[in-house]
Amino acid sequence: MITDETTAVQSGETGWTDATAGANVAHMKILVIEDDLEAAAYMTKAFREAGIVADHASDGESGLFMGSENTYDVMVVDRMLPRRDGLSVITELRKRGVDTPVLILSALGQVDDRVTGLRAGGDDYLPKPYAFSELLARVEVLGRRKGKPEQDMVYRVGDLELDRLSHEVKRAGKDVLLQPREFRLLEYLMKNAGQVVTRTMLLENVWDYHFDPQTNVIDVHVSRLRSKIEKDFDRPLLKTVRGAGYMIKDEG
Amino acid sequence: MPVKSRLGVLFKSTAVRLSALYILLFALCAAFLVFYVTGLSERILNNQTRESLKEEVQEIEKAYERGGVTQLLRTMERRARQPGANLYVIAGPNGEIVAGNVASVQPGVFDEEGWTGFPFRYERYDDSGGVKRHLATAHVFFLDNGFRVLVGRDLGEPSKLRLLVRQALMVALLIMGIGAVVIWFAIGRNALKRIDRVSAASQKITAGDLSQRLPVSGSGDEFDRLSSSLNGMLGRIEQLNEGLRQVSDNIAHDLKTPLTRLRNKASDALSAVDESAKHAALEAIIVESDQLIRTFNALLMISRVEAGSIAAELTDIDLSAIAADSAELYEPVVEEAGQQMVCDIAPGLSVRGNRELIGQAISNLIDNAIKYGAIKPEASKSEASDSEAAQSDGVVEPPPAITVRVARGASGVEISVSDQGPGVPADKRAEVVKRFVRLDKSRSKPGTGLGLSLVEAIMALHGGQLVLSDTRSGDEAAPGLTATMVFPGMKP
Repeated sequence: MITDETTAVQSGETGWTDATAGANVAHMKILVIEDDLEAAAYMTKAFREAGIVADHASDGESGLFMGSENTYDVMVVDRMLPRRDGLSVITELRKRGVDTPVLILSALGQVDDRVTGLRAGGDDYLPKPYAFSELLARVEVLGRRKGKPEQDMVYRVGDLELDRLSHEVKRAGKDVLLQPREFRLLEYLMKNAGQVVTRTMLLENVWDYHFDPQTNVIDVHVSRLRSKIEKDFDRPLLKTVRGAGYMIKDEG
Repeated sequence: MPVKSRLGVLFKSTAVRLSALYILLFALCAAFLVFYVTGLSERILNNQTRESLKEEVQEIEKAYERGGVTQLLRTMERRARQPGANLYVIAGPNGEIVAGNVASVQPGVFDEEGWTGFPFRYERYDDSGGVKRHLATAHVFFLDNGFRVLVGRDLGEPSKLRLLVRQALMVALLIMGIGAVVIWFAIGRNALKRIDRVSAASQKITAGDLSQRLPVSGSGDEFDRLSSSLNGMLGRIEQLNEGLRQVSDNIAHDLKTPLTRLRNKASDALSAVDESAKHAALEAIIVESDQLIRTFNALLMISRVEAGSIAAELTDIDLSAIAADSAELYEPVVEEAGQQMVCDIAPGLSVRGNRELIGQAISNLIDNAIKYGAIKPEASKSEASDSEAAQSDGVVEPPPAITVRVARGASGVEISVSDQGPGVPADKRAEVVKRFVRLDKSRSKPGTGLGLSLVEAIMALHGGQLVLSDTRSGDEAAPGLTATMVFPGMKP
């Protein structure tokens, strides 16, 4: 259930191309290591539509070769691969000093797999089946993380300001009072300003929840936050991206 | 060859083979015993014979010393005349018989002094004047004039004893053999029949009739015990099979419905004329697919939790903190559903577990409470509110509460989620935990029907249990449901 339809971005042919509108993904180059050729073809095409150049390797060995010979912004690695399994590709890449962010895809898709995947050197984990919008949002966040260190003490989107030290939030100079969790929610959204953040990403990063909450818990939290930061202002900043998640962005 | 084949079948029966072996062993033991006893008694008899012979020899030697050959002959003659007498022979230096009560003796007996050492043949005159061949043992001694004296005893008696004992043995063996055959038939046929019944029943079971049970005679013997335990196993298998069948039926049903909806929405999207209708239909498809994925994930998770493959990652976790986080996460949704979140969380209670699984379990319980806690039982609603209104005029009824409680219980740390909805009748509680079972038959609320199944599987993995009870047992209209996850006591 998407609660706030009015702010949804509604142009383009597909949900996720909207998501990238204006996002800083230009020239992003990624490597997809996936043995399912059909899935890989779909993925590379969809990434290309979203403005991301995606190379493809269909087994662990060639993935390892391409990953260490070329420079990528993000790698998407399937866990179960022929010739060399996904986790060993990641550990080997890390051993060779390649620190490219890695997103692990897994059909096994359960809590313990996530833990072992991250321990092996992965940066994010997505169980199959997944929505492509989810994958895209995560890849974009990973790619940007590499480019820009998180050193800003104050995040700004339009006239909205968030001070990470004093925990103060101001819109057009006026104080906005937030609960601690609302502050962290806004902080995460603003850290990834201009990028789509999915509900699962919010659950994982703001609440440290790695499971299915069954209901639209996130939507309710976001709409509460939205009412606090937008109530007395004309210009909406926090948008709902249909079929994907949320994005904070100054359209002006 | 019906008889032969029947015998063949009989010998294939374990009971018959065992009793045959037993009888054979027994017969061997008996035979050994008999031979041993006869051998022993023969030796004793022989010894006695030798003793008495020795005495006689000494007496005869004394007689010879006293009165020479004459005295010797007289003594021997006197002795020989007694009934059942021994053998007395005097032979010349060349072994020819000079005197005695014996007609002839096997050659070579007189060659050496002392015991003959072996039974030898001889012929004696019997009362009718004829000659009979016998066996005897004897002591020989030489006189100083070269003559040899033999004193011996007929061995007829010991051989007779041996014959008697062996005859008795034969009779005993014969009786035993006949008895064995009779017992074979009795036991073997009985056992065969029972085993045949068991195999017939198990063949039916193999053919697919799981309701079949093995026959139990009621005697409580080994066969009965075996049949009973096999029946117990069959019962369990049937139960599991039934559960599996039900689950697959449910899966088929629960997936067919959303798949059909999915398909319908896809064709709506195809036939939609204007752009926004198409968009809406496509979005509905995504929502529908997400629900399907959610169902699959829940199923997958239940089976993985049940398989215990996650158990490796158990650590000490702060249950109070997880409960508080969950309550905080769900509070806005609870309020939106017209209820209120109440926390009664004792701080700092830890359990050994998997944080994510426990979080998932709490979240499933809160989600259930949100879905069902706000439902007012239709029939009694007006009645209840009338009486309440009569009691307290003007008081606004507070929204129903969802209470998250963490406390140290009798058997360990407990976390419970209570609602004030219609609850679950006591006789349905075992049912709702099963996969895909939803009491709301119309399925008007969204859900997979897997929530409580997963919670139960997670609790089983943690060695604890899920207990369902009434929130207010007195209130029949809306007793509410309290789902308690009871963790096993932590080691001190």
